[in-house]
Amino acid sequence: MVKTLFRNNIRQYGMILALLAIIVFFELVTGGILLKPLNVTNLIQQNSYILILAIGMVIVIICGHIDLSVGSVAAFVGAVAAVMMVQYNVPFWLAIALCLLIGALVGAWQGFWVAYVRIPSFIVTLAGMLLFRGLTMIVLNGQSIAPFPREFQYMSTGFFRDVFGGSGLHLLSVVIGLVLTALVVVMDIRSRRTQQKYGFDVLPMPWFVLKLIFIAAVINLFVYLLAQYKGIPFILVLLFALVAVYTFVMNRTVFGRHVYAIGGNEKAAGLSGVRTKRVTFWVFVNMGVLAALSGLVYAARLNAGTPKAGVNFELDAIAASFIGGASMSGGIGTVIGAIVGGLFMGVMNNGMSLLGIGVDWQQGIKGIVLLLAVAFDIYNKNKSS
Amino acid sequence: MAEYILEMRNITKRFPGVTALDNVNLKVREGEIHALCGENGAGKSTLMKVLSGVYPHGTYEGEILFRGKVCEFRDIKQSEQLGIVIIHQELDLIPWLSIAENIFLGNERKRGFIVDWNETIIRTRELLELVGLNENPGTLVTHLGVGKQQLVEIAKALSKEVKLLILDEPTAALNEEDSENLLRLIKQFKERGIASIIISHKLNEIMKVADSITILRDGKTIETLDMEKDEVTEDRIIRGMVGRDLTQRFPDREPNIGDVIFEVKNWTVYHPQHPERKVIDNVSLTLRRGEIVGIAGLIGAGRTELAMSIFGRSYGRGITGQLFKDGNEIRIRSVSDAIRHGIAYVTEDRKQYGLILIDSVKRNLSLANLRSLSRRAVVNENEEVVVAETFRRRLGIKTPTVQQLTGNLSGGNQQKVVLGKWIFAGPEILILDEPTRGIDVGAKYEIYTIINQLAAEGKAVLFISSELPEILGMCDRIYVMCEGRITGEVPRSEATQEKLMRLMTTGSGVSSSREG
Repeated sequence: MVKTLFRNNIRQYGMILALLAIIVFFELVTGGILLKPLNVTNLIQQNSYILILAIGMVIVIICGHIDLSVGSVAAFVGAVAAVMMVQYNVPFWLAIALCLLIGALVGAWQGFWVAYVRIPSFIVTLAGMLLFRGLTMIVLNGQSIAPFPREFQYMSTGFFRDVFGGSGLHLLSVVIGLVLTALVVVMDIRSRRTQQKYGFDVLPMPWFVLKLIFIAAVINLFVYLLAQYKGIPFILVLLFALVAVYTFVMNRTVFGRHVYAIGGNEKAAGLSGVRTKRVTFWVFVNMGVLAALSGLVYAARLNAGTPKAGVNFELDAIAASFIGGASMSGGIGTVIGAIVGGLFMGVMNNGMSLLGIGVDWQQGIKGIVLLLAVAFDIYNKNKSS
Repeated sequence: MAEYILEMRNITKRFPGVTALDNVNLKVREGEIHALCGENGAGKSTLMKVLSGVYPHGTYEGEILFRGKVCEFRDIKQSEQLGIVIIHQELDLIPWLSIAENIFLGNERKRGFIVDWNETIIRTRELLELVGLNENPGTLVTHLGVGKQQLVEIAKALSKEVKLLILDEPTAALNEEDSENLLRLIKQFKERGIASIIISHKLNEIMKVADSITILRDGKTIETLDMEKDEVTEDRIIRGMVGRDLTQRFPDREPNIGDVIFEVKNWTVYHPQHPERKVIDNVSLTLRRGEIVGIAGLIGAGRTELAMSIFGRSYGRGITGQLFKDGNEIRIRSVSDAIRHGIAYVTEDRKQYGLILIDSVKRNLSLANLRSLSRRAVVNENEEVVVAETFRRRLGIKTPTVQQLTGNLSGGNQQKVVLGKWIFAGPEILILDEPTRGIDVGAKYEIYTIINQLAAEGKAVLFISSELPEILGMCDRIYVMCEGRITGEVPRSEATQEKLMRLMTTGSGVSSSREG
């Protein structure tokens, strides 16, 4: 029974195990630098904007499409944000809201062509990639604009102030970790109870307890690590919230189900009453908003809007989705998977940089890893069918 | 020359967890037509894959002798070199290439590296003549109907100097006329010394053309019958296939017919790509509660187009006409409108239009009615499992769990999932389009039973089928369609195959309502 449960989830576990393996590997070869509190914090902040994109991208891919424009859209939004805040002194919160709205409009523009005119998304977003890169340069006049107000930078590089005033250890973070653990444990127990009420098979008690202990250990170790430096970065909370919300949307809501159905078989979904055009449209709107958010986070981290922002971001986000088990033909993939895929690439980047490997080699190695990861996934799928 | 062109001895093929073939024996004589019968999942296709080298030597046990010589095929290419050619149920033609290009694909007529188009065209013409297909070799395959595509496949097989032709469900997608043609062709090949193996669920066809019949059940050979020596009847074959007597092909039913629930009036639909072509021409029909109403017609008569245009305008353009439910006119602009008005449409092609094959039984069952399982757009997944389990039991869907992917189920079980999906949507009017196509006798009976139950619950059923015995066996009243029009309405008591056939083929000119 535990065995079948394990077998059913082998792909998810496989991805997480691969991530753990690569973390252990680089921890060893870098002589323990990888998991130093400072480096872990860096790792999160460096990869946050790609992870945000990956969430939107995996949904687009599940729906059976692709979005090549997200890097350019991120750059465009970053540029607009810079113009607004630096040149016109728009308050940061208003600028953020307007930028997200622009992202939504960009998504609506592309979603319209894909969903209603039925132009392949590859072409629509390839056009978008050129269009929005061009607009970025027009908006910025080809120059970087800086600096942003402090409050805006906080979004990407800020930390929570330690209200408990711990010295050496960021106490608030530890408390947040404990609260989170309690929340997870309570939710898991409740869901187990409901499942038992329905008479479904559940993990046997010892395994269930073991699982909870494992989760609690991972959360608290991680938070403890961060607490040794400056505590939990603000961006991590944002990311965590996004992952939680989108995982819920994709797994539990009617909308999420419809996205999977469209990607799995658009015609069958349509004939089952799914409004395929509308759903596809909103998937692109959502991608636009997340691309905008990613652009804001990147601009805030860089503390500038620059014409070169976001180059190749789309490729990283796509790679993260595929490494995380999404299928090119749609209908298959998970938000968690994309995040794990993104972290996998992030750890590799970071680890190789720590080892002093040049960017040239890093690119090459990443390419090979992407290929092998997907090849391994396909090999597994063929074996199991 | 050996007596047998092919002998497969003690073939055993195991997949993880199941033995698909268990000591199967198959002997095909020179120049005979040999039918392979069995329910879905009996192992017919697996056996043919072993034969053609799809499963290479070493992945199975037992031996294959072709004209007395032991063969160890490593791939399809090797079996084709010996003249064993298999034509799959799903045709392997490339739609955007021409007939000639398809026929000589992988086997190009060439001089050096350069394709010799003249030779290609000339050879194609000869082959097309041989199979009786009157088409230009340059025509794109996508512009041909299924029947003609089937003939192209056969021409392709002939181009490879075929000695043993294997046809997997060759007539499943064909209408009566095309099927007749195809069977005649296979008989002609027999006279030219080409042996054939036919896999088919249509027993009447088998009775017509086969010289011997091998019956498989649960991966084992049950018996091989010789049409001349043994006394072979359809019942005997069925008994062999299902392992029990199937005294009745159709379940009993006491019709309990109520008021008119659904009416279609003056329904006219134009072709989506050719707006000047009328596909459905002024069709009117009525359905009553508890009634099973058949629509008979040849392929291309417009039955599917009628159903899909009613079901949320999923087909066609320029649709005019009225729909009434319980006497009130209703407007249906989308599939979700149709579902809201209690209409369900079980599609003809379950793989393409009915199911999401990479998704689970559970999720397919709930797709058309997710809203009833959700509160504020959040799906209650536990409730979903309960519903799925209920339908699994009620419809007898054979699957290890409801988490199983529908792509892994057999045809009959897939069809039950599609039916289940629509029953769960809670319709009052069910349109069933070829609900038993390509599924075996046992599963057909189960599906008929489900349909009867639905009618007994007071639902109205519109039953579209190309198999006349099925229409006659199931329906209370039958509409016959031909070229987009209704050419007749026949109550059960007056319906015969001959009468329906005549109405199905009355063709144009009978009615003068065809304009532009």
